[in-house]
Amino acid sequence: MKVLVPVKRVIDYNVKARVKPDQSGVDLANVKMSMNPFDEISVEEAVRLKEAGTATEVVVVSIGPQQCQETLRTALAMGADRGILIKTDDKVEPLAVAKLLKAVVAEESPELVILGKQAIDDDSNQTGQMLAALLDWPQGTFANEVKIDGGKANVTREIDGGLQTVALDLPAIVTTDLRLNEPRYASLPNIMKAKKKPIDMKEIGDYGVDVAPRLTTVKVTEPPVREAGEIVEDVPTLVSKLKAKGAL
Amino acid sequence: MAVLVLADHDNASLGDATHKTVTAATKFGGDVDVLVAGKGCGAVAEAAAKISGVRKVLVAESDALENALAEAVEALVVPLMDGYDAFFAPATTTGKNVAPRIAAKLDVMQLSDIIGVESADTFVRPIYAGNAIETVSTSDAKKIVTVRGTAFDAAEEGGSAAVETVDAAAGNGKSAFVSQEIVQSDRPELTSAKIIVSGGRALGSEEDFNKYMTPLADKLGAGIGASRAAVDAGYAPNDYQVGQTGKIVAPELYIAIGISGAIQHLAGMKDSKIIVAINKDEEAPIFQVADYGLVADLFTAVPELTDAL
Repeated sequence: MKVLVPVKRVIDYNVKARVKPDQSGVDLANVKMSMNPFDEISVEEAVRLKEAGTATEVVVVSIGPQQCQETLRTALAMGADRGILIKTDDKVEPLAVAKLLKAVVAEESPELVILGKQAIDDDSNQTGQMLAALLDWPQGTFANEVKIDGGKANVTREIDGGLQTVALDLPAIVTTDLRLNEPRYASLPNIMKAKKKPIDMKEIGDYGVDVAPRLTTVKVTEPPVREAGEIVEDVPTLVSKLKAKGAL
Repeated sequence: MAVLVLADHDNASLGDATHKTVTAATKFGGDVDVLVAGKGCGAVAEAAAKISGVRKVLVAESDALENALAEAVEALVVPLMDGYDAFFAPATTTGKNVAPRIAAKLDVMQLSDIIGVESADTFVRPIYAGNAIETVSTSDAKKIVTVRGTAFDAAEEGGSAAVETVDAAAGNGKSAFVSQEIVQSDRPELTSAKIIVSGGRALGSEEDFNKYMTPLADKLGAGIGASRAAVDAGYAPNDYQVGQTGKIVAPELYIAIGISGAIQHLAGMKDSKIIVAINKDEEAPIFQVADYGLVADLFTAVPELTDAL
């Protein structure tokens, strides 16, 4: 079974985004960039499936600027077998990403595509579900556990009230939630080995897909700033302040 | 213009997120219809018909819809969209699961988690964990939107909409429901609770999480939340998680206990009216957003607070 894992290069998890003074967007110049944390979980899950003998090959794909190669190398160092970079300097919306991934699926014929449930930059939470719809595949989103058994993926999902398990016919789409696994750190030997793994360089034009944006950013602004309040002495002071505010 | 709103429900009762989504749909404009997709959900439809401003309620029932399987909801909604200009779903796990599927089938770019409606084609939404607010317009003819409940007031009751039955489509038949573990609790839902007490990694164990958080929540009639760190460590179940990728809450009072205040956690609770932080580390970032901070050991401060209430 081949597994395809799309990975996105985003602002690092620990960096606080700053809005540009001209309100055109978020300032990403000289900001540390990393693999989207949910995508790390996806790569880890795919690599574990390979280590368990369930998956035969793990292919990672990224869409974005040249630097996405680094993101792919990280995935290769974690244990993925090869990469595909679809190069573009333009912003690609989730619907367009899903269309490109559909074209990649047509070439690669994976039985499972594992995506992060959400990228921590645009916080859209769309691409996996859109890809599933375009392929007319079943989907198991927000996965907490994935078991592959007899042509089916049993996916336990994190939902608002607790957990739900669904059985999906393969091929299927899985999107990952935080508790699915804890991604490994790549070891130095594996980082060295990853440098020799192949990355196929592509352009958006190679896929014949309409990626024209549908959305226009009117402006990006700072959220309202919340002022720090006061430090209270002790519990009785806290209680009397809250009572005075009518909060208790 | 007409908007189709997806009802939030568990087949037995209608969720408050529906009322908030109706408010957002009303701001968008035009007629507002509510779709109740489920099984044995007649009481839910009756409740939805009472929301003020709703033109009619559509009910579709099938086994696949009982558990809101995305493939079945998509197959139901896509043909219905011939009669609508927009589809508004609450940004619950169900709404997030189904809306992008519908958008892709309609060849539309979805707008996720909106917090404002500027006009019929322009919406406001948080990005980068709420550290930036984007105003964005769409050129798509149909609008597919998920709505952040904390940003809209609940629509009032007092309507008497007609209830109509629509056929449930079969779906692609490639997915099946297996099981569900839903925690039954008398506590208020996090997304609609007036008071939330939320615990972090400093609680140290599942046992202490329950020992310290539960009595305080009981005294306050509060919902219980948790930081990602506490959930990852197994101190609290996943549905307790408050934050960028968990639940977004905005209660009247949010008490953060032993939570340091990572940006991802702040993204989920910084719109709370009053924030209290109890943490022994005076440098913890949570104090920068707290109205009242108490630098103290939670294991003494929390029981003291519980007793004082």
